Amino acid sequence: MTTAIDVQGVTKSFGSQSVLAGIDLRVERGTVFALLGPNGAGKTTLVNILSTLVQADGGSARIEGADLRRDPGGVRRRIRLTGQSAAVDELLTGAENLRMMGALAGLRTGANRRRTTELLRQFGLADAADKAVKAYSGGMRRRLDIALSLVTVPQVLFLDEPTTGLDLRSRLELWDVIRSLRAEGTTILLTTQYLEEADQLADRIAVLRTGRIVAEGTPTELKQSVGGEVVEVRGPDGELLHEMPTDGSVHALREALDLIDARGLAGPAGTVGLRRPSLDDVFLALTDPDAVAGTAPPTGPQAGSQPATDTHAEGDALVTTSRSRR
Amino acid sequence: MTTLTAAPPSAPARLPLGTEERTFIARSMRHTVRNVESLLMAVMLPVMLMLLFVYVFGNAISPDGQYVTYVVPGIILLCAGFGASSTGVDVANDSATGIMDRLRTMPIRSSAVITGHVVASLARNLAATAIVIGVALAIGFRPTATFGEWVGAIALVALYILTITYLFAAIGLASGNPEAANGYGFILLFLPYLSSAFVPTDTLPAWLQGVSEHQPITPVIESIRGLLTGVDSGNATLLAVLWCVGILAVAVTWSAVVFRRKAGRR
Repeated sequence: MTTAIDVQGVTKSFGSQSVLAGIDLRVERGTVFALLGPNGAGKTTLVNILSTLVQADGGSARIEGADLRRDPGGVRRRIRLTGQSAAVDELLTGAENLRMMGALAGLRTGANRRRTTELLRQFGLADAADKAVKAYSGGMRRRLDIALSLVTVPQVLFLDEPTTGLDLRSRLELWDVIRSLRAEGTTILLTTQYLEEADQLADRIAVLRTGRIVAEGTPTELKQSVGGEVVEVRGPDGELLHEMPTDGSVHALREALDLIDARGLAGPAGTVGLRRPSLDDVFLALTDPDAVAGTAPPTGPQAGSQPATDTHAEGDALVTTSRSRR
Repeated sequence: MTTLTAAPPSAPARLPLGTEERTFIARSMRHTVRNVESLLMAVMLPVMLMLLFVYVFGNAISPDGQYVTYVVPGIILLCAGFGASSTGVDVANDSATGIMDRLRTMPIRSSAVITGHVVASLARNLAATAIVIGVALAIGFRPTATFGEWVGAIALVALYILTITYLFAAIGLASGNPEAANGYGFILLFLPYLSSAFVPTDTLPAWLQGVSEHQPITPVIESIRGLLTGVDSGNATLLAVLWCVGILAVAVTWSAVVFRRKAGRR
């Protein structure tokens, strides 16, 4: 494997406010890497630094071998950024937007026209090609926005919250686009607030919280890091009443069941089930604002030894549905 | 959605010289043509003002019926101001929507996007000026200018448009959102009223004379008036050119600095 993005110790403050407190990460070529975190975690700042928009205060980064500080022009030749708001020209048509980017990428007239037609078709915009973008829906804008970054295919593509504000259908369509880009060999670094999105798309995920990476690994590794099985208690109509994380051992399961019995949690007609931890569990555990930085679980595959929440503790062990299902 | 096909075109290492300027000028010209409301507004408003001043106030200000000849240079500058102010909004819009940030991450001379807006404004406002002069001629404006004086007057108008457009572009960049750009721009649009555009400065109260005689609009208007109608304008042309070149230099520098500083900040 070859490293496409190599970030070492990047720091950034705005005034006295530290936004990035030393970021290290490595993205392999041809993979999708998700930066996951709540608002204000520093995701956009990191993407802005890596795409040459903002200068880091400290640390270094290389994109496909080009050094961010010494050769920003070289970085720009290797990347494209689709930022958080759809950066499309409202007064131009979709086709005109694409041709403008083609001209700026140095495509000759014929090649530019062919590429524009091709992208419009691939992104499901052929019918709207000659309509002004101000008449486009949110999903269409976002697709055009990403297409604009692909008039010539970059080695590395940055997508900053590509699906924020989109309806479900548009989101699923964009996921398909991202998957096919990955299949073509483009390295993609995306930011998202949606766990499911990271789970669906990313080869590796870094969870960002207040400017630090608090966990990094494959989706499976991260799920393992919060422990084993989760015991779900459901009511007679299948509604989720309680969730109890365990370490997956027989002993812990028995204790969980004893606790359910002792406190009558399942009621007379309740049922009990087991499920694997979801990324929601990881995310909530890692980004809980009450948790102190540094007490986050260790990262990587060895992190499975993270102790499960103690099911003996009265009350605390019960993760209520309202908290885990927001 | 189909999968992406193989072998998309690859970019050349270096763009041919002037590619960015050509592309962005073409873009801004398209904007001008499509933004019919603001185009109409930029032409209609000064024409309406001219008709208002000539037919409503004109006889009170100058009973000899020659007010139209006096007021045309002022209307031309007013028109240029209105037309150029939309550049501030356009530039702020490009900044707010993230278009500028996208361009900044590309291997191009991204600041050429400003050049595009400025050149389009120049073309748009020279056309609007022609319409204003056409209407003025129809309602009795009788210039005495020779061909050379016409060329000089048009060149000065062009320099003024360039200057005020660049100033609006810098304001648009600095303000960062279209509404604020519009608000700050309004202050600039007020300056012609405090000049010799509508009444000679010696009719103003003494304290206001000081303002109107030492602001850039007055020498520009006096110079155009001198060139078109043969009034003695003294050293107004020299002063006008110096003012314009000075302000242009400040605006170009200011916008270059702000353009760099605003990267990644919206």
